[in-house]
Amino acid sequence: MSLHATRRRRQASFRWAVVGVIGLFFALPIVAMVEFTTRAPGGGRTLDTWATLFNFSLIDADYPELKHGVLASAGLTLVTVTIMLVMLVPTMTWVRLRLPGLRRLVEFICLLPLTIPAIVLVVGLAPVYAWVAYFLGESSLWLALAYVILVLPYAYRALDAGLGAIDVKTLAESARSLGAGWPTVMWRIILPNVRTAVLSAAFLSVALVLGEFTIASLFSRDNLQVAINLLGKRDSSLAIAAALAFMILAFVVLLAMSFVGSGRRSNRPEEN
Amino acid sequence: MPPTRTPVSDTLAGAGRGVAVTLTNLHRSYGPVRALDGLTLDIAPGEFVALLGPSGCGKTTALRVLAGLDDADSGRVEVGGKDITSVPTSARDMGMVFQAYSLFPHMTARQNVEFGLQLRRIPTARRRKRVAEMLDLVELSDHAERYAHQMSGGQQQRIALARALAIEPQVLLLDEPLSALDAKVRVQLRDEIRRIQLEVGTTTLFVTHDQEEALAVADRVGVMRAGNLEQLASPQDLYARPATAFVADFVGLTNRLQAIAEGDHAVLLGTSVPLLPGSAQRGPVLVLIRPESIEVTADPTGRATVVSASFLGSTARLHAVTESGETVVAQIDNDSVATFHPGDKVTLVPRPNPALAVAAAE
Amino acid sequence: MAPIGRKPVGALLGVLPFFAYTTIFLGIPTLIVVVGAFLDGNGHPTFGNLSALTQPQIVAAFIHSTVLSAVTAVLGAVLGALLAYAVSTAREGGLMRRLVASLCGVLAQFGGVTLAFAFIATFSSQGFLTLWLQKYGMDLADSNWLYEPYKGLVLVYTYFQIPLMLIVFLPAVEGLRPQWREATESLGGSTWNYWRHVAGPILAPSFIGAMLLLFTNAFSAYATAAALISQGSPIIPLQIGGTLSSEVILGQENVGKAMALGMVAIVAVVMTLYVVLERRTTKWLGS
Repeated sequence: MSLHATRRRRQASFRWAVVGVIGLFFALPIVAMVEFTTRAPGGGRTLDTWATLFNFSLIDADYPELKHGVLASAGLTLVTVTIMLVMLVPTMTWVRLRLPGLRRLVEFICLLPLTIPAIVLVVGLAPVYAWVAYFLGESSLWLALAYVILVLPYAYRALDAGLGAIDVKTLAESARSLGAGWPTVMWRIILPNVRTAVLSAAFLSVALVLGEFTIASLFSRDNLQVAINLLGKRDSSLAIAAALAFMILAFVVLLAMSFVGSGRRSNRPEEN
Repeated sequence: MPPTRTPVSDTLAGAGRGVAVTLTNLHRSYGPVRALDGLTLDIAPGEFVALLGPSGCGKTTALRVLAGLDDADSGRVEVGGKDITSVPTSARDMGMVFQAYSLFPHMTARQNVEFGLQLRRIPTARRRKRVAEMLDLVELSDHAERYAHQMSGGQQQRIALARALAIEPQVLLLDEPLSALDAKVRVQLRDEIRRIQLEVGTTTLFVTHDQEEALAVADRVGVMRAGNLEQLASPQDLYARPATAFVADFVGLTNRLQAIAEGDHAVLLGTSVPLLPGSAQRGPVLVLIRPESIEVTADPTGRATVVSASFLGSTARLHAVTESGETVVAQIDNDSVATFHPGDKVTLVPRPNPALAVAAAE
Repeated sequence: MAPIGRKPVGALLGVLPFFAYTTIFLGIPTLIVVVGAFLDGNGHPTFGNLSALTQPQIVAAFIHSTVLSAVTAVLGAVLGALLAYAVSTAREGGLMRRLVASLCGVLAQFGGVTLAFAFIATFSSQGFLTLWLQKYGMDLADSNWLYEPYKGLVLVYTYFQIPLMLIVFLPAVEGLRPQWREATESLGGSTWNYWRHVAGPILAPSFIGAMLLLFTNAFSAYATAAALISQGSPIIPLQIGGTLSSEVILGQENVGKAMALGMVAIVAVVMTLYVVLERRTTKWLGS
């Protein structure tokens, strides 16, 4: 009598089978990484590599390039996310409110980096960065200026979805009619209402910056992935452990973010 | 705009096309929630039955069980005398119109209507003819090549209706088809649906939460609550002779006024009012009386005071407060609205229409 | 608010920072590449760089890149679509969905060094799988297969193509309304009818569009191959990277720009197709 229960069971077994098999394919290298980094000389398991990784004073002394890379990437994420938000949120809101004709152009520019990949950008950025180095110095932190371009497509999509879900015009007009200045409107009215989208854009940017290698390496600057790559030539086990550690960190952060987002479900009409 | 329509072809016309539908003692629970609680319903061939009720009363579940989209935990579904409880949806030969997303977005109106016929491998010539007839029936022949996103909500639902009827189903199922539409379109379309149903003669089950809609189109209306029927009757009976307080409240406006019951009548506002069967018969009761059953007369010695009078277009309403502090809503002529001012004294006299009374403690 | 009709010059100031920034860091580099492709080592216009593109190793690199991208795009699309469909049947807001979505979000971005190292840990001569298979008498013979474009790279690239496919395609699968399936059933259609006539055609543009996006993604990838391959430059991004290193002959750098231009041209064509397909689907699924 339960035709639908049968179908649901079949769907569930299909689901588990597919996710299981593909899951295995994805689990394999991760398992391999764990296995590789816990090998003890002469057989057996050891947590030595991992202990070294988390022994910060040891890292500081023996593996300074790793430390520099981690710090550089930490700074890069901060600077990139800040510049991206400060530039994109007001611009996108402003375009929606006052310059709707420019919307297509802004969208096109933001999605352009998908067509101008990092490797091509690097070729054209070299002279630009010569000027940057001249004015702002050689610090790795200024890679953030290029990173903002790289995250544009993902950040734009997330913010566009968020701004599209709220009635920006009405919110801004009500606030203005009550006497608020534009900075107040942006900071206290618009921003709180696109919190989820902003978080989403921020975390996507974090994932991208932490994983970026191309531009940093071709400009011979420091960052996490460059440091890990360098480390790999010296101590492969430690390098693999570091790579795995940061991947797990990014995963935990994204997973946490998915719980934050779900709290703001839109009002659904009561189901019958 | 008076439509010029070609006469209905003989594949469509005809009484007696419909089949009888019987739902017997259906139970369906989702965890602790009882969506259907022993629902039993008989629909005569060609009859148009509306299931009416608030959200969560089980009306959509009943429709879906009839369609085969949901399984009942226990009970029987019979169509045309045959037990189809374990028959899959695709074999049940029922046409269905949904509340939203009815049409396939990647097909034109014509292709949508054609779809069921293609699945049945109807030969091309007959298929084309039938599709043309259906589009004509819903008066959208000139929209045949349009896609769903190029049509208004009302037009989409009409195409959905055409698609459902194209396969000459045994039963037509409508799941709140008008709820997502604008008010004006809703009224127009519900009359259309009724007109078409009368022409084609298919047995129809119509689910809605809008009581005006249900009363306007159905042969019989079933008011549902908590998984079962409170009352199944013609719209007139439902309105004038509600079986329970829930039905009286849900269908149309009702006043609840204190009175004393004495057997088959009650004394309300100084007048004797006959009581409907099923009423409480002794002691203090609340009489459920309609606004149009209370006569209002301007009277300086009256015992009720006007609070406000509202003009509603074709009719008007007066809100008044009795000596005992009860609020009464009464219907008045729309051209007498201006004569009543807040604070005026009026006399309220119930008309001798039978009313339902419930015990005052409820 | 400015009345309609009057050109809001003041309003334009609000978007100035954005346009200035993107001009400097996106517009100018693009211009440098496009113009530089037609300049020789002394700054004089020439087609020499373009003709240099016909050198055998560069042509081979373009072919390798294209085939690699196409193969991994198809593989990633099919497997990713399967995964997307499987996940879509899970309960919304449930654990499986969150887990898979977050995992894919990470894996799609973490190509490059991390991925390369993961595969080295698995398949290299000291790799986990290699040693494990050796126990059972199977030898992955030449462990350099990992570094060959059509074997190792295909495997490695699939690792980030499948998650990307899930992220891009899952919304389309979730956009399939249950009413369409129910309507098909009530009209007498089977599961096969549903997929063949309804779900398939509706999803097709999104599927192809996503596949095109996967192609672009693989074609542009530099980091993974760079971390894996130390000798030679079998694919175009590596070739371009090679022209930026200090070992390059003076005047050769503009060949790199020509290569970059070629890359952009190919990717631009693919991306245009993608945008066209996406516009069409939003019309259908958005209604």
